[in-house]
Amino acid sequence: MNQKSWRISPLPGFGPAMGFTLLYVTLIVLIPLSAIFVITASLGWSDFWSVVTEPRVVASYRLSLLTALAAAGINVIFGVLVAWVLVRYRFPGKKLMDGLVDLPFALPTAVAGIALTSLYTSNGWLGRWLDPFGIQVAFTPIGITVALVFIGLPFVVRTVQPVLQSISREVEEAALSLGATPRQTFFRVILPELFPAVVTGFVLAFSRALGEYGSVVFISGNMPLKTEIAPLIIMTKLEQFDYTGAAAVALVMLSISFVLLIIINGFQTLQEQRKSRWKGAQ
Amino acid sequence: MKKYRFLLIVLGLVVLVGCSGGGSQDGKGTVELLNVSYDPTREFYQEYNQVFTKHWKEKTGQSVSIRQSHGGSGKQARSVIDGLGADVVTLALAYDIDAIQEKGRLKDGWQERLDHNSSPYTSTIVFLVRKGNPKKIEDWDDLIRKDVEVITPNPKTSGGARWNYLAAWAYAMENYEGDEAKAEDFVRQLYKNVPVLDSGARGSTTTFVERGIGDVLLAWENEAFLAQNELGNDQLEIVVPSLSILAEPPVTIVDQVVDKKGTRAVAKAYLEYLYSKEGQELAAKHYYRPIDPEVQEKYKDQFPDLKLITVDDIFGGWRQAQQRHFDDGGTFDQIYLRN
Repeated sequence: MNQKSWRISPLPGFGPAMGFTLLYVTLIVLIPLSAIFVITASLGWSDFWSVVTEPRVVASYRLSLLTALAAAGINVIFGVLVAWVLVRYRFPGKKLMDGLVDLPFALPTAVAGIALTSLYTSNGWLGRWLDPFGIQVAFTPIGITVALVFIGLPFVVRTVQPVLQSISREVEEAALSLGATPRQTFFRVILPELFPAVVTGFVLAFSRALGEYGSVVFISGNMPLKTEIAPLIIMTKLEQFDYTGAAAVALVMLSISFVLLIIINGFQTLQEQRKSRWKGAQ
Repeated sequence: MKKYRFLLIVLGLVVLVGCSGGGSQDGKGTVELLNVSYDPTREFYQEYNQVFTKHWKEKTGQSVSIRQSHGGSGKQARSVIDGLGADVVTLALAYDIDAIQEKGRLKDGWQERLDHNSSPYTSTIVFLVRKGNPKKIEDWDDLIRKDVEVITPNPKTSGGARWNYLAAWAYAMENYEGDEAKAEDFVRQLYKNVPVLDSGARGSTTTFVERGIGDVLLAWENEAFLAQNELGNDQLEIVVPSLSILAEPPVTIVDQVVDKKGTRAVAKAYLEYLYSKEGQELAAKHYYRPIDPEVQEKYKDQFPDLKLITVDDIFGGWRQAQQRHFDDGGTFDQIYLRN
């Protein structure tokens, strides 16, 4: 970026824009988050440690992380598939289907939770077919994952869709005409292009799932040590008017997600660098 | 310009919403009261507010408009602690109001200001079973049988669930002549029969009624009646155990707020009127147990007699009960850590 090019940009220059951005991010994100640190700080180290390493609390981190990862993983696979169908094919009702994808965003999560629970209990519409095989969905980690898949779906679809649209068919045709198999074309040509968008979708779906409360409490069953999610533990602390304990658990959750996001983003940067090196070597 | 029309509309809306945020007091002799309450009282206070408004108008000529807020009792208490301007709070347990008092929003000794521990109506915990009572559930003892599934919410997140837990504990203490180890064991066995712990009382009712999970639901008496009415009497039956806990949902004025708004007189009258014949009748109509002897007599068929134990009798008050049983590391946590 040389000096001249941004002097004639449509928006005001770097100074005001950057200043405004910092102010905005501080007001909207940093100040509320720092409140968590401030509240937690009133606990001493040893108290903090005993709060966040309680067996019930540790079990809840594990459950929340694993179910969120599983749900984000499932969403990546099926989200890409949905995006593919929506971009590449014409079929009746396509507009409707496109609109349906966003519904999990608009629906109050409690509604989703109640609906999913009544579907998946052992006498629900879907649960009754699974029950004879000994598969319990509602009130188990599987149920939690189902709810998280539901709320995370739009993230992957919506991040992958525009990128898919921008990949021209010619690239694909070129690959095929040069003798690549369809599978090679997908994994060698299309997927690398999609990869950053897929990772972004995964990260969004994962972070959203970590903090999800409304839809999960109905289907999880909330059994201590088995199906209590971390946000529920935070709620139970608040119910005892234990603000500091709640903030401590929230802080741990926040740190875990932050570290994971940094790792995933770092991984993505590495990928980009490799790709550009590879392109440069051509 | 056409391009920006949408943007302008959105901006205009944002500005409009922003401006309408500040409520205005219309100073034509109308007072506004905010009653912050908990979930199951919704229908009762809706009706009571109309009755009280009429009564106040006749008595003083002043119009009063009452706004209601409902939610989980603990969550509502937190809103008031964090500065929601409630003139009066009508919550599920004294512990929640104690928490508000600790923050200095209301005077110490609030529970002595109104009669009957500041609770104009009471309730208790009963059993709701399927029609015909197929599992023959008659009393607390039946809840620890191997073949019985019990539905109750998580005491860590639900006020109602705490009453359920304390009722079971009270029964066991009575039954085992005060042997605490045996009482704890009884409660542990009971919770072994609980397949799902919903986060709130309404959630548990849904689990039991709509999803057909479990054989018995532990519920507020008024919730049990409501569930029965919703479904008609041909699906559910109420079973009254031999002994239960006396739930006293307390009401009080939030001193800090009424002094600032100058609404003390009307807020006080609002709560006192709950103790009047008319207020008591309404409470009974909405399945809360009245405390007025005459009204009790009138509704005695609706509320069967059973031995009722208070929290003060057996636990030495809510603060102790909360600390011992429900705070982190309390007996409820122990039950699951040792199971």
